Amino acid sequence: MPILVFIESAEGAVKKSSAEAVSYASAMAAQMGEKEIIAIALGNEVPEESLANLGKHGATKVLQVSDERLNQGVIQACAAVLHQAMEKTGSDILVLAKSSLGDPVAARVAIKQQAALASNIVALPNLDEGFVVKRSIYTGKAFTYVKLNANKKILAVKKNAVDLKEDGNPVTVETFEAVLSDADFNVKITKVEKAEGEVLLPEADIVVSGGRGMKGPENWGMLEDLAKVLGAATGCSKPVSDMGWRPHHEHVGQTGIKVSPTLYIAVGISGAIQHLAGVNSSKYIVVINQDPEAPFFKAADYGVVGNAFDIVPKLTEAIKASKN
Amino acid sequence: MKILVCITHVPDTTSKISFTDNNTKFNSNGVQYIIGPYDDYALARAVELKEQSGGSVTLLNVGGSETEPTLRKGLAIGADEAIRVNAEPTDAFFVAKQIAAVVKEGSYDLVLMGRESIDYNGGQVHGMVGELLNMPSVSPVMQLDLEGDTAKVAREIEGGKEYLELKLPLIAGCQEPIAEWKIPNMRGIMTARQKPLKVQEAVSDETMTSTLRYELPPPKSGVTLFQPDQIKELVDALKNEAKIL
Ligand SMILES: Cc1cc2nc3c(=O)[nH]c(=O)nc-3n(C[C@H](O)[C@H](O)[C@H](O)COP(=O)(O)OP(=O)(O)OC[C@H]3O[C@@H](n4cnc5c(N)ncnc54)[C@H](O)[C@@H]3O)c2cc1C
Ligand SMILES: Nc1ncnc2c1ncn2[C@@H]1O[C@H](COP(=O)(O)O)[C@@H](O)[C@H]1O
Repeated sequence: MPILVFIESAEGAVKKSSAEAVSYASAMAAQMGEKEIIAIALGNEVPEESLANLGKHGATKVLQVSDERLNQGVIQACAAVLHQAMEKTGSDILVLAKSSLGDPVAARVAIKQQAALASNIVALPNLDEGFVVKRSIYTGKAFTYVKLNANKKILAVKKNAVDLKEDGNPVTVETFEAVLSDADFNVKITKVEKAEGEVLLPEADIVVSGGRGMKGPENWGMLEDLAKVLGAATGCSKPVSDMGWRPHHEHVGQTGIKVSPTLYIAVGISGAIQHLAGVNSSKYIVVINQDPEAPFFKAADYGVVGNAFDIVPKLTEAIKASKN
Repeated sequence: MKILVCITHVPDTTSKISFTDNNTKFNSNGVQYIIGPYDDYALARAVELKEQSGGSVTLLNVGGSETEPTLRKGLAIGADEAIRVNAEPTDAFFVAKQIAAVVKEGSYDLVLMGRESIDYNGGQVHGMVGELLNMPSVSPVMQLDLEGDTAKVAREIEGGKEYLELKLPLIAGCQEPIAEWKIPNMRGIMTARQKPLKVQEAVSDETMTSTLRYELPPPKSGVTLFQPDQIKELVDALKNEAKIL
């Protein structure tokens, strides 16, 4: 039976986390001896060519529901479409990237489909003792192995759970007709405020994050310069967003965004347990802090003890130099 | 306005997590329990809304008797009454079924939850309850104001905010800065003892998943330190060892 993958987009492009979800489905299909991986994109913002390229990541077919109303992620409408798509394609597994839209949509589809749902999945399933997934719990402090007992399953996958597959070929994009009623759009979106052209924090492979040690918002330029040479997103600690130095959507940690990039660079952040909870699934952590006793060094792979104002510009230059 | 606030009873954010019985049980030894931080924001906003426009705030937890001190704390913060569904919260689906039954029974206008629990981290329960009751659900909500039967909501989206208007009844998964956490005062603590805390049994025992075992992440192997004049060496390490740049 085919595996369905929900594709999200940002600024007219397929989100990298969705491409990873397709790669996940593809690796899982290989485990299960399934052949068909159907990616489904909602709305008409992503050009057909980019959708066709989902084939590179392992999709064997792409469906598009080009209803303009779906461009803004209305939770109930997205859930209604995915439910219909699972029915029509006969898929009994839905894979998606964990995200602020993906989680609530998955929850609603799970009820409609009477499916077992697991979110925060960090590895491919184990099929030896049923269908068992490994998920991150206690905000990154532990993992659990959960058995999905229903016939239908929904898997919300965390970033970096599998390597991105890139050796497939483009596939055809077909239209999928969904039946949507006004009741599915019973939410009025009055305004959207969105930073444009920025690397999205939950999607980023590299994150440059600053804490109270940065002293004030006027000093963020050097972190932005570093982020720019790295193609990174910027993040911050909670006090920094509480004081309004940085916008709330950059706040990382227990009560903020949880990130799992390949590289997390923490500058002037002490490494309180609540901050670490949001970053401890990063592959590599670099800490820059003037206090050798800062707890963050215990969670770090690489560290520099010293003044951020001196080290950050040097680091930016050294990276630039290494790229030439 | 009848507001229901669903709260979790979770280990304090500074807790060290460990397991017993061959990694099949959470080790609660020495662990301090709190209201889930996101649920605490939901409760604070519920109390504010009640102060503004009247009505009542009911707390709900699905859990064993050990969660009652946490419910009492919520009562001390300003909720009027509490309900405990006496059952082990085995999975999100099970919990959602219990909450949906309570919402239906009590015809609440507004159901506030946290964006996610900090133990299970599913971010699922609000969406599931919404679907079970055919009610809209929004999450993560950073702002929520009421004008008659319309809720004006700001939802966090990746890289920004989205402003929405929806009709009540409605379910919201809350996060900061929707309100400031409230600390119970002496009077609150005194009156909390007299407020009703109703215990009722689960309406169904259906689950969709079962937890087999737990695991702790492997310990970090230790940090490699560089001097402030060895930045080039750091970049080389990122390049050659970590293979990132
Ligand atoms: C329930 C709860 C939830 C929380 N959730 C979060 C959360 O989600 N995210 C979060 O971040 N926090 C959270 N916190 C707060 C957390 O406990 C810490 O207070 C916070 O992370 C500290 O932020 P900081 O490291 O930026 O500041 P500080 O602790 O003040 O640390 C500043 C650091 O900068 C260093 N420094 C100073 N000057 C320089 C310089 N010139 N060069 C280099 N280094 C310098 C200092 O040595 C120090 O280590 C939460 C707290 C609670 C109780
Ligand atoms: N056992 C429970 N009792 C009451 N409310 C709960 C329970 N579990 C989860 N919730 C609510 O659902 C929200 C989301 O939880 P979760 O889906 O586990 O991340 C929490 O923030 C709570 O508001």
